[in-house]
Amino acid sequence: MSFIVSFVWSFVLWLVLTAGTKGMLWSTEEVIAGIIFAAIVGLSTKNIIGEKAQRFLNPAKWLGFLVYAIGPLFWGMVKANFDVAYRVITGKIKPGIVRVPVDLENEAQYTILSNSITLTPGTLTVDACPEEKALYVHWIYVRDEEPKSSEPVAGSFEKWARRLGK
Amino acid sequence: MIEYFFLLLGESIMIFGTLGILRFPDVYTRLHAATKCDTGGAMSILIALAIASQAPLLIKLKFLVLAFLIALINPMVSHAIARGLINTE
Repeated sequence: MSFIVSFVWSFVLWLVLTAGTKGMLWSTEEVIAGIIFAAIVGLSTKNIIGEKAQRFLNPAKWLGFLVYAIGPLFWGMVKANFDVAYRVITGKIKPGIVRVPVDLENEAQYTILSNSITLTPGTLTVDACPEEKALYVHWIYVRDEEPKSSEPVAGSFEKWARRLGK
Repeated sequence: MIEYFFLLLGESIMIFGTLGILRFPDVYTRLHAATKCDTGGAMSILIALAIASQAPLLIKLKFLVLAFLIALINPMVSHAIARGLINTE
């Protein structure tokens, strides 16, 4: 099952990147090469993706990811750029690593949340520990030494991650 | 006209990222400067190229796909570097 999922995704990505060589469509050689490469990717990643991979073929979930990427995540990225530029100019930094307790169930949710934290202003995920339900986050300006939840670090991202990775 | 705005924005973000790499004291803070500014800078430059290039619409959309891929891959790379550092310490 996880082979099929990663095969479908890499084939779709191939089709998107090679579209338009023959009018608006694809030539036969390209499609064949795409099938071969997607099969290679699928075979080599099928043990990494893990169980319940078919939930990523659900179109409602794609829509959720799209809304999330355009809305909160994009806004976070814009803020991150200006925040880092401000820190570079003024030199106001107080770096440190904090332990952030989170309440998530599976590894996909951890992946989504830690990638989002890395993209938002001034925070960078160093390590994720699903065993102790915590993320270790490097903060460029520590405002809270021991946060009780992920709210001061990640804002609303934990809710989104819980919903999207279910 | 608006493509010049995006181009200037992207390039100034890139300059600040480079300055940050030179100014910040240790590896983690330098990672902040390097990776975050890369996302925003590269994405704005790609958007400027998508608007300014004389290519057909399909090619322009591919620029946006590239911007999306950068946004996906960048946090993974910075996380890998940070994790490698903390495991060796």
